[in-house]
Amino acid sequence: MEDNLLDIKKLSVHYFNKGNITKAVENVDLSIQKGETVGLVGESGCGKSSLALAILRLIDPPGKIYGEIKWKGRNLLNLSSSEMREMRGGDISMVFQDPFSALNPVFNVGEQIAEVFRVHQGLSRKEAWDNAVRLLGLVHIADPEQRANDYPHQFSGGMKQRVAVAMAYALSPDLLIADEPTTALDVTMQKSILELLKELKTTILFISHNIALVSELCGRICVMQDGRIVEEGRTVDIINDPKDAYTAKLVNSFREINLDINRS
Amino acid sequence: MLKKNKLAMFGLILLSMLVILAAFAPIFSPYDPNAIMEDHIAAPSMKHLFGTDDLGRDVLSRLIFGGRVSLSVAVIAVAVSLTIGVLLGCISGYYGGILDEIIMRFTDIMLSFPTIFLILAIQSVLTPNIFNVMIVIGATSWMGIARLVRGEFLALKEREFVEAARAIGCSNFRVIFRHILPNSLPPVIVAGTLGMAGAILTESALSFLGLGVQPPMASWGNMLMDSQSYLLDAPWMAIIPGLVIVLAVLSLYFVGEGLREGLNPKE
Repeated sequence: MEDNLLDIKKLSVHYFNKGNITKAVENVDLSIQKGETVGLVGESGCGKSSLALAILRLIDPPGKIYGEIKWKGRNLLNLSSSEMREMRGGDISMVFQDPFSALNPVFNVGEQIAEVFRVHQGLSRKEAWDNAVRLLGLVHIADPEQRANDYPHQFSGGMKQRVAVAMAYALSPDLLIADEPTTALDVTMQKSILELLKELKTTILFISHNIALVSELCGRICVMQDGRIVEEGRTVDIINDPKDAYTAKLVNSFREINLDINRS
Repeated sequence: MLKKNKLAMFGLILLSMLVILAAFAPIFSPYDPNAIMEDHIAAPSMKHLFGTDDLGRDVLSRLIFGGRVSLSVAVIAVAVSLTIGVLLGCISGYYGGILDEIIMRFTDIMLSFPTIFLILAIQSVLTPNIFNVMIVIGATSWMGIARLVRGEFLALKEREFVEAARAIGCSNFRVIFRHILPNSLPPVIVAGTLGMAGAILTESALSFLGLGVQPPMASWGNMLMDSQSYLLDAPWMAIIPGLVIVLAVLSLYFVGEGLREGLNPKE
């Protein structure tokens, strides 16, 4: 497969803390093709977020990344820090879990989105602002010219997450990593963020503990447990015929919840 | 937000008056602060509202011009201490690790010096003048600010918006000064205000000891020094500058406390 956008080989993330090593990610291989939507499922603490942060090289000491992350043929781990900064937000971007703290409380949302353009493209204040307003419209914020002047605390959780998506999508990145983007939201909001992600024309790595959500959005699923990918395959196959015991447990637990709801 | 707090309002008004008097000193002062009159050590009267000093200079005029010196020393000294403190605090809190260790141990060492003696030692080597006083006070009072900013950074850098800022490609410099620093400003503003009160006191003490602002330039501190030998004969020479120092420092404290309450989002 030569047209892989992202090729991760033997990726490990270890955290060193006073002599203890926590192996958050261990020997993970993962490939993503252009245009795909890949789901990464697993329970909290299984290393999903560490994997996502490692792709952007945002693991800070005492954490260390091993292995190879090939992006369009270049190993990201060999890039200089300024080349890596170009990548972040430009080629690869990320939506975070908690929209309530992912936006900076002292700037209005327009400025925050505009910053992406100012950092990467050196646009003037006015041009960057206009782009920010356009993006707010794109993520279905009503009355974007007005709302751009509002501060994060004036937005609801779902709207904040829309703003975060707008920020991540600002420069039409080739890969958008969504790290549990719906976990902090209520069910109707989850749905609308999911719809929004479907509209975006880009490759998405969707991380979640909710296999139901993942199966709705993604064509392919990777299941992660204790830092390793235990099963990988097409969504239909995984849901209908899980090979791995842990995957089966995940799938069944969601089935059971659904059954309970249907019974009551 | 200061409106609700009566003490802070009082402080703000008093402070504004002092600042206006100092800023437009030539307009408000009845005499040239260095002009020598005929009556030495004259008690307060209609002619000399706060009396005259041992050389026959008008105390009110010297007080107003002295305010100019004392307040500007306070402002510049705090600017110096904020610059050093914020910079070191940012670096220490953001980068952590060995850099943090070095900066914080250096801060501890600076804190364990008896500041006033350190200043005295430095001032006795340097030529005592108003410029040196500003720098020296600033350079010996940044430690609290550095610790404060470091603490804020330690807490703020764990917030997701910092990670988000890095994820859109912001450099460390940009993350520190554009994303984290503005969030840590409220307590820094309060500390700066209180620091100005401290700087006024230190300047007074230095000038009182003759190592601060040099005569004939008037400052509140050296007016106190001049009054020493005449405490019984001319108590106004001591009481009036003393009172002004107390009022200035007190009003800064009130404003600082008011800001602390007003800027605290939890209340």
